[in-house]
Amino acid sequence: MYKTLLKSVGKYKKTAIATPIIIAGESVIEALIPFTTAKLVDEIRAGCEYSVIVKYGAILFLMACLSLVLGGAAGYTSAIAACGFARNLRRDMFHKVQTYSFENIDKFSSSSLVTRMTTDVTFAQNAFITVIRLAMRSPLVFLFAIIMAYIMGGSLSAMFVVIVPLLVFGLYMIAKKAMPAFHSVFHKYDRMNESIEENVIAIRAVKGFAREEYEKQKFNNAALEIKRDFTKAERIVALTAPLMQTCVYLNMLIVLFFGSKIAISSMGLDLDVGQISAMLTYGVQILISLNMLSMVYVILTISVESIRRISEVLEEEPVITNPENAIYEVKDGSVDFIGVNFKYSAHAERYALQNIDLHIKSGETVGILGGTGSGKSSLVQLIPRLYDATEGVVKVGGVDVRQYDLETLRNNVAVVLQKNVLFSGTIKENLLWGNENATDEEIREACRLACADEFINSFPDGYDTKIEQNGTNVSGGQKQRLTIARALLKKPKILILDDSTSAVDTRTDAKIRKSFREYIPSTTKIIIAQRVASVIDADKIVIMDGGSIVDIGTHDELMERCEIYRETYDQQMKKAEGGVANVGV
Amino acid sequence: MSGSEVMKKEKPKAKLGTFLRLIKTLYSYYPVLLPVTAFCFIFTAAVSSIPPLFFQQVILVIDDSIHTGDWASAMPIILSKLSILALFYLLAIISITISRQLIVVITQGFLYRIRRAMFDGMQELPIRYFDTHKHGDIMSYYTNDTDTMRQLISESLPMLLQSAVIVLTVFFIMLYFCVWLTLLVVVGVIAMLLVTRKLGGGSARYFKRQQKSLGEVEGFIQEMMNGQRVIKVFNHETQAEADFARVNDVLYEDSYRANAHANMLGPIIINIGNVLYVLVAMLGGLLLIAKAPNLALSGLPIGIDIVVPFLNMTKQFTGNVNTVAQQVNSIVMGLAGAERVFALMDEEPETDNGYVTLVNAKIQPDGTITETTERTSHWAWRHPHSDGTVTYTPLAGDVILDHVDFSYEDGNPVLFDITVHAKPGQKVAFVGATGAGKTTITNLINRFYDISDGKIRYDGININKIKKADLRRSLGIVLQDTNLFSGTVIDNIRYGRLDATDEECIAAAKLAGADDFITRLPEGYQTVLYGNGANLSQGQRQLIAIARAAVADPPVMILDEATSSIDTRTEAIVQRGMDQLMKGRTVFVIAHRLSTIMNSDVIIVLDHGRIIERGSHDELIAKRGTYYRLYTGAFELE
Repeated sequence: MYKTLLKSVGKYKKTAIATPIIIAGESVIEALIPFTTAKLVDEIRAGCEYSVIVKYGAILFLMACLSLVLGGAAGYTSAIAACGFARNLRRDMFHKVQTYSFENIDKFSSSSLVTRMTTDVTFAQNAFITVIRLAMRSPLVFLFAIIMAYIMGGSLSAMFVVIVPLLVFGLYMIAKKAMPAFHSVFHKYDRMNESIEENVIAIRAVKGFAREEYEKQKFNNAALEIKRDFTKAERIVALTAPLMQTCVYLNMLIVLFFGSKIAISSMGLDLDVGQISAMLTYGVQILISLNMLSMVYVILTISVESIRRISEVLEEEPVITNPENAIYEVKDGSVDFIGVNFKYSAHAERYALQNIDLHIKSGETVGILGGTGSGKSSLVQLIPRLYDATEGVVKVGGVDVRQYDLETLRNNVAVVLQKNVLFSGTIKENLLWGNENATDEEIREACRLACADEFINSFPDGYDTKIEQNGTNVSGGQKQRLTIARALLKKPKILILDDSTSAVDTRTDAKIRKSFREYIPSTTKIIIAQRVASVIDADKIVIMDGGSIVDIGTHDELMERCEIYRETYDQQMKKAEGGVANVGV
Repeated sequence: MSGSEVMKKEKPKAKLGTFLRLIKTLYSYYPVLLPVTAFCFIFTAAVSSIPPLFFQQVILVIDDSIHTGDWASAMPIILSKLSILALFYLLAIISITISRQLIVVITQGFLYRIRRAMFDGMQELPIRYFDTHKHGDIMSYYTNDTDTMRQLISESLPMLLQSAVIVLTVFFIMLYFCVWLTLLVVVGVIAMLLVTRKLGGGSARYFKRQQKSLGEVEGFIQEMMNGQRVIKVFNHETQAEADFARVNDVLYEDSYRANAHANMLGPIIINIGNVLYVLVAMLGGLLLIAKAPNLALSGLPIGIDIVVPFLNMTKQFTGNVNTVAQQVNSIVMGLAGAERVFALMDEEPETDNGYVTLVNAKIQPDGTITETTERTSHWAWRHPHSDGTVTYTPLAGDVILDHVDFSYEDGNPVLFDITVHAKPGQKVAFVGATGAGKTTITNLINRFYDISDGKIRYDGININKIKKADLRRSLGIVLQDTNLFSGTVIDNIRYGRLDATDEECIAAAKLAGADDFITRLPEGYQTVLYGNGANLSQGQRQLIAIARAAVADPPVMILDEATSSIDTRTEAIVQRGMDQLMKGRTVFVIAHRLSTIMNSDVIIVLDHGRIIERGSHDELIAKRGTYYRLYTGAFELE
């Protein structure tokens, strides 16, 4: 789990390794400064020459400068290493997601991917900086301080044998008690925030049913519970401060009492005032370093969950990958389904498609009709290999789709998805997705075919009109026509429209189909629709129900023999007196 | 201190105001605990500045006895001094324990109350607030902003208080020992403050930039993850990665600058402290050697017993300045968070001057209506008049819009002269393009928004006189975006009427045609929904929402695109339930699909906020106007 993440350190390895080394240097100096100071104090006490003071002063000054440079440098390198690590993590996760196939995407919700790439990365970054800064520093400071204390204080340093275990044991007990308490409360905290969000989103329902008081009561219960649990957990952690302080004070009293005893008894030979003062400093250093170590432990524990969630994204293997010796050319726009069965994941109980045999000649127009859940979208998604058939073979241009280079295949098979999106940027930028080298003339041509040119030209900024995030500033019908134009720019051999004209009026719908017939006759067109009118003039119409093909035929043939088709036709057409209808959406 | 300097560069008055308000709020919540806690913190801080005094005295004793080596005579003196010190320490440990425990209680109690105040206040805000604020922004009041406040109250403020006390006490002890050395320390501290101001200010600036670019990265990721399938279909992966690299790099630049500034501040201040230490030692030594006359509050002559503790105090002094400097960022961010939270709490709540209420009614044999507390099948409007009399009007569901004008913003009207009369039991449909004002009209009936001009009457009563909660209880709404709550299916249905029995909820589900799929869910009616019913299809969600409205059993229903996500075949099944549901009720219906509204008593065609046609389906078809063109598909509904 950690290994996966550490790969993302990448080019920041140098700074990541340099940081603890620099900090090690800084820690040495930090340990030497009180040592030198003690010497200075003793010299002053002994009534030394002023030049001696200047000498020590100069040494100390240099040490402080060095420590400043090292400390500053470590601050700088650690910031680069940690922020760079976070940047690479985001980049690597984003890259990984780009390699996902639809099945992988289904597994993670998009909001969970967002959280993983933002909040969780921040946690990982904090953990990383803690490790490279503190995890090195605290043991070192601890070690040096103990050594120096022994050198200076001799037998006096024995007191650490008492104080250190006391602190370690205390910190351990606190961490042990507090961690589980925090774990459960974090969980509840997330849930409380989720329910707030739910309330904000559903505010119309809340107010519509006049449920304000009820919601307040519900929230109060949750908030009260959070308060109780958090208080409990934090009160345990709050014991750290008095524990720490007790140790510091004990250190102070022991040093002062035994220090003066040793100093006086030995007449200043074994210990002197300067050294007593240094012992106080080292004592504090030792205790603080232990406290830091316990912080490292806490931060790492808190971030474990985030690290797990990140590595889940990084370790997810794309289900569909490019084959070896891939084929880079699609011969024509013919499509064949041979004995295809399909389910969305290996664990799924139900097959989404069963016993599909379907042959579409290059250049044909095929309509697909069926209710919700009948398998229409599943069927067409197998053609550009958005999913792989579980059993059986799907062929394009007479070749198994699994043998094509993915990019080649998807460039030749354009799908206009049912749940489609436009991206923030201008209309033109969105259209260029289809073909980044398209000329303005080609773009206008595609928009003419998709009947989008008219409304685009009516905008003051024309093709440079900005599309808001999620395309909220264009209507449903306009959005659909833009997404069709975008797909047309690919100049595909096969064009698939998955319920892509549902919000377009029937007349425009007919106009689009007419231009398809006239301008891209050699392109295979597969049209999924709810409206019979959208498929009525297709070369063949496929009727689907419950994941299977019920019937295939022309309008006349189906009217003759297919009951589902007749029923749908009657329902939609009869109501519309004039023979044209806008009843299906 | 240095924190306030950074703040001064911003909006000093606003920040100071926020700070004072925060303290005032804290005090109002904990009038006793807060001063006690503050006292404990101050006491702890004061006690921790005292040791140098004892250290100095112990050194004096050592100095006296070190040449004789007579520990036996020195011990009692040292022991007595240390005993007093130990006593102080004991008090300090007690007070630190108390203060730490109390600050946890105060912080969590404060957060609890502030959350409640925010949430309760938010429930009272008008719909306009929610329509004009992004959900993400509202959420961050509860997450980021409360988190920064927690940090501020539980850590930064106590540290600030303690450090201030320590710095002050130590300062006086320093003056007590030696004025000359104190002056030197003051000069050093001024240098530290200058550095803090420079670096801290830079760091705060970059932290703000980091916040902003983090938001941009988040927005980008959100958009791309939503459109991931489209990216795949267009082989746009490389391009998307390149685009992402751009925003990601900006975030990296800003965040490493912010962090580098913050990380470097500590070592720099600490080492200025070290240099200061050296300078103090040198000056002290010089004074000692020169036997210079001392200037001190204590009048003590300069000696080793003064210089050595003074060195320790220098450390303590600069250490605390560092502590304060490290808190600058969290103080700035905490106050900014508090400011936003207070702004939410200050939002004007929805006004409600209604006094007409909905009561259970009993119809006497003579036809008069009396009020009762028990649940009857009859409801009545209780209308108190200024002369003290009370009249009762039976709840019937007669809604009149009388020459209604409305604008969301002043000077930008969206509805003009709308007049509609829906008699009890009638079905009124609104048809028109997006933005024609269909939904706006329904928003006015339940007073999500208040009309600009004209009148709306419910059973003859001006809806402004009706208490909002009662008005809304008499109206059922089913919206296109159905919002379900985390909880079981049956609880979601019961949301319509909290005292409904299980049987009533199931009956409502059957009526809506939802029973069929609910019973096929793994746990049936007890299936737990989460994430707005993420485990259901949009159509299933709508069915539950319809059942929820059905269980409320209101005389008037508003169906805003209630069946838009149900496919035509399923709709046929739901239609029966819907017809059942609409029977005997006044219904306002908005639907994209004209088949849903064809059988309405009145169809109203709206265009740019004006009624352009009205009549029954047959009348409108005969008219060959806009409705006819829509119906025949010659016109796009946009």
